[in-house]
Amino acid sequence: MVTDTSSGPSAPDQPTSTVDRRRSARRLARRRVPAPLAVPAVVALAFLVLPLVGLVVRAPWPTLPQRLTEPEVLAALRLSLVAATFATGVCLVLGVPLAWLLARVDFPGRRLVRALVTVPLVLPPVVGGLALLLLLGRRGVIGQWLDRWFDVTIPFTTTAVVIAEAFVAMPFLVIAVEGALRGVDDRYEEAAATLGASRWTTFRRVTLPLVAPGIAAGSVLCWARALGEFGATITFAGNFPGRTQTMPLSVYLLLETDPPAAIVLSLVLLAVSVAILVALREKWIGSPA
Amino acid sequence: MMVMAQGRTVPKRVAAVALACVAAVAALVGCSPEPSTPTTGVSGTITVFAAASLTDVFEDVAEDFEAAHPGARLEFNFAGSSALATQINEGAPADVFASASPATMRTVADAGNTDGAPVVFVRNQLVIAVEAGNPLGITGLEDLTKPGVTVALCAEQVPCGAAATTAIAASGLTITPVSYEENVRAALAKVSLGEVDAALVYRTDAAIDDTVEAVEFPESAEAINDYLIAVLTDAPNKAGAEAFVAWVLSADGAAVLTRYGFQLP
Repeated sequence: MVTDTSSGPSAPDQPTSTVDRRRSARRLARRRVPAPLAVPAVVALAFLVLPLVGLVVRAPWPTLPQRLTEPEVLAALRLSLVAATFATGVCLVLGVPLAWLLARVDFPGRRLVRALVTVPLVLPPVVGGLALLLLLGRRGVIGQWLDRWFDVTIPFTTTAVVIAEAFVAMPFLVIAVEGALRGVDDRYEEAAATLGASRWTTFRRVTLPLVAPGIAAGSVLCWARALGEFGATITFAGNFPGRTQTMPLSVYLLLETDPPAAIVLSLVLLAVSVAILVALREKWIGSPA
Repeated sequence: MMVMAQGRTVPKRVAAVALACVAAVAALVGCSPEPSTPTTGVSGTITVFAAASLTDVFEDVAEDFEAAHPGARLEFNFAGSSALATQINEGAPADVFASASPATMRTVADAGNTDGAPVVFVRNQLVIAVEAGNPLGITGLEDLTKPGVTVALCAEQVPCGAAATTAIAASGLTITPVSYEENVRAALAKVSLGEVDAALVYRTDAAIDDTVEAVEFPESAEAINDYLIAVLTDAPNKAGAEAFVAWVLSADGAAVLTRYGFQLP
């Protein structure tokens, strides 16, 4: 690190040039990357990006437009987008209050609850799907009563897709929002309270606007995770075109008979996710320079 | 069951730890842990990619094979035949491929990845798997068209789905399933969990699951599945691969295969 000891705020005779020199020195220092960090960082980037390059290189470009407009592809894409959006909605409605509870309320067993919330993150999605089947399936702990009393069966429906996606994606939202809540200066909330606002009003008028960027970031992560969901969906919701066959399921099955078509679908999924993630980032979160 | 069908490889670290322990013990005692003169010349790991419907029977065959060939160890990757064919054609390091349909084997053979012509080693036939006791009294394909009867079929992309399509076409009926499952074991699991009333699966799959019952139906004769086995061109352990295929085709192998309900060609 290059430091300029001769000057500072105590050298008022040449203020501009000193500031300039310090800035450029800092900029230079920031550009200097030690090899033990640079090499693994580049390897990591290559590791994350190269497989996608493989996808792009081996895509059947000449037949792409024709394959993209096939009705099955469009049906799978539509279902994926709709289900992921509904799942994100469910996660927002239920997940934000849960995050608030974890961040703002002292209750016994809070650490255990926080650990439980993250379980779907580490659970293989197939296991999550099986668990949902055992709970909400036709013979499930709750599902059998739904079937008997209301004649409602959840598996093999689009609702099941939304439930499976919400199950695996909600932890992303809860963790992001809880982190945002903890990072917010709680003196604003205290001020609102001293001015006579109820806790609910404070949450709506003060807390929510403060953590809005965190909620937006969490929703984007949650949506992206839901869009890519495979294991829990195929296990709990099954696979039926137009009803429960989302893009990842279609990719998996097409890979068995028509690998080029599977590559096309993967490309679509990739393009849609990248486009939406970039758009949302710029709109709501702002790009961190 | 669905989880098991995904593949069965021993975690490397466990294997490494086991090896290290064996080595340590051997060093202490001062003797080799294995007989140093294998009688057959077959040794090492033999990697077999096999159709999901072969899961149980091949594990049984493997026990006999390993007992007869000390020093050889079988490692299986069980999944839908078509997924396996794709993996092999993309260069997965496998020694043997056992496919549940000629079509999937052909994609591997056409890509030049089989060493010699694949051989039919068993046949299998579809049945209707229903809950044990057959509470809905299902006796044939026609019962599956009744309203309120939920059915799972295999996806057409996998052999059991292709066979189901052929059999249903032969019957002239239209059966609308609630789900096209990604492999035969997943379809069977949906019946054994009670999530569907019936599924078209292989006779041998229905036979290994106590919670389901098999209902035979005449149209399945139109869709008999040939299972083929082949040594792969790029097999890392060719001697082992040839020995395993020979074993499957031998009287020893046939005895186990028929015990599980497979028909011999």
